[in-house]
Amino acid sequence: MREVAAQFERPVLLFSGGKDSILMVHLAQKAFAPARIPFTLVHIDTGHNFSETLEFRDRLAERVGATLHVGSVQDSIDSGRQAEESGPNPSRNRLQIVTLLDTLAELKADAALGGGRRDEEKARAKERFFSHRDRFGQWDPKNQRPELWNIFNARKNMGEHFRVFPLSNWTEMDVWQYVAAEAIEMPSLYFSHEREVLERDGVLLARSDFNQALDGELWLTKKVRFRTIGDTTCTGATESEASTLEQIVAEVAASRVTERGGRHDDKQSEAAMEDRKKQGYF
Amino acid sequence: MDLLRLTTAGSVDDGKSTLIGRLLYDTKSIFEDQLEAVEEASRRRGEGYVNLALLTDGLRAEREQNITIDVAYRYFATPHRKFIIADTPGHVQYTRNMVTGASTAELAIVLIDARHGVLTQSKRHGFIASLLGIPHILVAINKMDLVDWSEDVYERVSSDYRDFAQRLGVEDLTFIPISALLGDNVVDESENIPWYGGATLLHHLEHVNVGTRRNLVDFRFPVQYVIRPDQDYRGYAGRVASGAIHPGDEVMVLPSGQRTRVASVDTFDGPIERGSAGDSVSLTTEDHLDISRGDMLVRPLNLPIVDSNIDATICWTSEDPMKPGTQYWLRHTTREVKAFISRVVYRIDVDTLHREQVDSFELNDIGRVQIQAAQPIFFDRYERNRETGSFVLIDAHSNNTVAAGMIRGNVRSAEKLAARLSEARSRDRAASPDVVWENWNIALPDREAHNEHRATVVWFTGLPGSGKSSIARVVEQRLFADGCQTMLLDGDQVRHGLNGDLAFSPEDRTENVRRVGEVALLFFLQGNIVICTFVSPFQRDRQRVRDLLPAGRFVEVFVDTPLEECERRDPKGLYARARKGEIGHMTGISSPYEAPQDAEIRVETIGKGLEECVEEVVGALRELGRGEEPQ
Repeated sequence: MREVAAQFERPVLLFSGGKDSILMVHLAQKAFAPARIPFTLVHIDTGHNFSETLEFRDRLAERVGATLHVGSVQDSIDSGRQAEESGPNPSRNRLQIVTLLDTLAELKADAALGGGRRDEEKARAKERFFSHRDRFGQWDPKNQRPELWNIFNARKNMGEHFRVFPLSNWTEMDVWQYVAAEAIEMPSLYFSHEREVLERDGVLLARSDFNQALDGELWLTKKVRFRTIGDTTCTGATESEASTLEQIVAEVAASRVTERGGRHDDKQSEAAMEDRKKQGYF
Repeated sequence: MDLLRLTTAGSVDDGKSTLIGRLLYDTKSIFEDQLEAVEEASRRRGEGYVNLALLTDGLRAEREQNITIDVAYRYFATPHRKFIIADTPGHVQYTRNMVTGASTAELAIVLIDARHGVLTQSKRHGFIASLLGIPHILVAINKMDLVDWSEDVYERVSSDYRDFAQRLGVEDLTFIPISALLGDNVVDESENIPWYGGATLLHHLEHVNVGTRRNLVDFRFPVQYVIRPDQDYRGYAGRVASGAIHPGDEVMVLPSGQRTRVASVDTFDGPIERGSAGDSVSLTTEDHLDISRGDMLVRPLNLPIVDSNIDATICWTSEDPMKPGTQYWLRHTTREVKAFISRVVYRIDVDTLHREQVDSFELNDIGRVQIQAAQPIFFDRYERNRETGSFVLIDAHSNNTVAAGMIRGNVRSAEKLAARLSEARSRDRAASPDVVWENWNIALPDREAHNEHRATVVWFTGLPGSGKSSIARVVEQRLFADGCQTMLLDGDQVRHGLNGDLAFSPEDRTENVRRVGEVALLFFLQGNIVICTFVSPFQRDRQRVRDLLPAGRFVEVFVDTPLEECERRDPKGLYARARKGEIGHMTGISSPYEAPQDAEIRVETIGKGLEECVEEVVGALRELGRGEEPQ
C-alpha cells in the first residue's frame, strides 16, 4: 500500500463492504499511521446492496477519516450508459464494470486498490500485485508484466491505470485468522443469523426487494451467514451456526466448498470470471 | 505457523499440474465445488479419469493448448506449515515465468518424467533455480508407474541429474520417486516403491528448513514513503530489507552520507524495540535531515556497495530485444534511476551452460552484462542479499519490465584490481638488463570474468609433517570440482626441475620461495586459484610473495601442528633421519620456523580428521571470497 501511495498520484481504495475490503482499510491504517489513509474510498453501489453493508461502510469511513465516493449503477442505468439485464436472474454484477470505469475516470484515479485474492478463483490466481489496465480498463492476461521479488513496476502511459491487489497471497483462512488476531470489526452479515432465503441452483439467496421467487421456489427461514458479500441478487448465504470469529475460523478450516461457491455469477460459465476481468471487472 | 514458498517446474507433459492437483487433493485443499467443476470438465473432454491438472491450469487459452502459460499461484496448508506454490510453465518460451516464480521461492520442485530421463528442460530449471539463489531443489522423478516402479531407472535418472547439479553449486538436492497421477509418494507413502526408504514429497516440504536465505547481518532500510501527518512527526516508512535496527542506533543516509541516530521504530500499534528483516516500520531520526523515497538507511560501519557501474546477470523478459546503449529505467529497492547496458559480456546457453558471445539479448536469454546507471545505487551482491542485490529494467517507452537482474558486483572493482596489480608490479624486483615491461596480452579481470571466480594465491605454511599437503590436495580437488580453475605447487615437485639446483640452506630456502612466488604470480595472472604448500619457514620470504600480489589476493594458511605431533607422524621419516644427524637444516630440528602472526586462516590439526580441516579451510576461503575488495 505504501508502494501505491508512493508511486501513484491519485490512488483510490475500492471498498465493497466485504471482509477483504474492510481488512484493506485496516491495513492501510497500519501502513500510514499516525497519518490518515491517503486514499479515497470508492464504493460501487449496485443499488441492490444489503442495508447492513451500507451502514457499516458509512461508519467505517467516518471512523478512519477517509473520503468516501459512491458510484451508483442506478445512475449509470438512468443516464442510459447501460441497460438492466433481462430474464429471471437480473444481476447488476456485470453492470458494475461501466460504473466502476466511469467512476475511476471521474476521480482521475490512476490506481485502484482492491481486496482480490488469488485463492478466490482460477483466473485470479494469475493476477499480478500491480496489474496494468489499458485505456479501456481492460486486462490482458497473456501479456502481463513479470513481477519479480518485491519490485513493482507502476509505470504507465496517460489514461492507463493499475489495479493493485495487496492481499493477493492471502487465503480466506488467512483473512479470518488475521481478523481474529487483530480484532477487526466485521459486519453482522458474516455472523450466523436468522434470515429468509430461497434455494436456487444450489445457492441460498436472501430475501430482498430485488430477489423474486420463481415458480416452485419458497422462502424459508434459516440460520445462515455470508462468506462473501456482494449485492443481494448474487451473493449466496451458507447455513451456519458460527457466531464468533473463532467459530468462523473453525468453520472455514472444515469447509468443503469455496467461498465463491455461493456466488451465482461465477456459475454462469466456467470461464465467467476471466471474461469479466478482461472487460475491467475486479 | 511458518510459510514455505515453492516453485514448480517441468517440461510440457511432465505432469506438473497433475502433481499440484494431487497435492491439493490429497491434503484436502480442494473444495467440493472445485472438484465437481473439474470432474465435469474432464467428462466433457472425454477423459476417463478426473484430470487433476485442470485444477491448476487456470486460463482458458492454456486449457485449450493443454499447457500452462503464466505463473499461477496456489495455496494450501497442513497442520505443520502453509504453502504458496508458484506454478510456472515448462514450455520452452517461458523461461521468464520460471524466473518470476523462482524470484521469491525457497524451494524448487524439478519434475522429471522417468521414461524420458534428464532432458535439457529439467537442466534449465535447475540452472534457473540456482541462479535465483533457491537453496533447496527437490527433484521429483514422476510417472514411476510407467516404468514399472523400477529402482534402476530411478537410480540412473537421479545420478544423471546429480552429475549435472554439481556444476551449479546447489546447497540441498533431494530426489523422490513419485507417481502424481496415482498419488504414490506425494502425500501418502507408496506401496509400489518398497525400495525407497525416504520421505514423501509433502513430508519433505513440511520439514525442510525455511528462512535460511534471509540476511540478518547487514542492516539495509530502503525508504519507501515519508509519513508526515503534521509538522511534528516525520516518519520514514519502509520494510527492513535485511539486518535489524533499534532506537538509538547510529545510521548513515545514502546517498548523502549524513549521519544521525534512530529516535524510534514505530508501528501502528506503537513504538517497538527492534525492527528486523521483513518488518514494515516507520523510523524517526534524532536530527531533521532531508531524507526521501529512494534513499537508504544503513549502519556507518556496514555499508553496501555504492556504485553506478554494475556487473550483473540478467534474464531478458521482453519480446523486444535488448538495445544496448538505449536508456532503460533501473528499479532497485525503492530507487529508480536511468541506466543503459554498457557491455554484453556473454550469454549463457541454459541447456549446456556454455557461454556465447552475442551483442544483444532476446526474450528468455540469460547472461552477464555491465550496466551504467545515471546515479549510483546502493547494493549488495545478490548471493549475499536478495533484497538489495536484485533489480528490474523497464522500457522507457512501453513501460514493460524487460529484464530481471541479479547483481554480481561493481564493474569498477576490475579497474581497481588492474591498478593494484601495476602497483604490486612496480615494487622492486630484479630485472634482466635491457628489458622493458609489456602489459599482459589478456588482462586478469577478463580472465576472471571468464572463470567466474577471483584469482587468488593460497599459501600453506607449516612444519614438515604438519598436514599442509594432505589438506591442500583435498582443498584443490574440492575447488576444482566446484568449477574453479586451480593449480597446486608443492615443495617436492618444484625441487624436481625448476629448483633442482637448490639445497636446504637458509639462502637456498629463500631463493626457493622467491622462485615459487614468481611462478605462483604467473599462474595467478592466468586467473588460477594457486595453492602452494611450502614449509617456507621465514616470515620475510612469505611477505615477499605477498607483496607480489594485489592486496587481498594472497591468503596465508597456517597449518598449526606442534613439533612433537609432526615428529610423531613423520610421514616421510625425515624427523627420524634428522635426529640421527642424517639431514642437516631440518626445519624444527636444526633450522628455525617462524610461525606467521597474522595468517588469514589458521588450522589446528590435532584431534581433527582431514575432512574437518579441509572443511575449515574451504569455508574460510569462501568467506574471504565473499568479502569486498579492500579499497
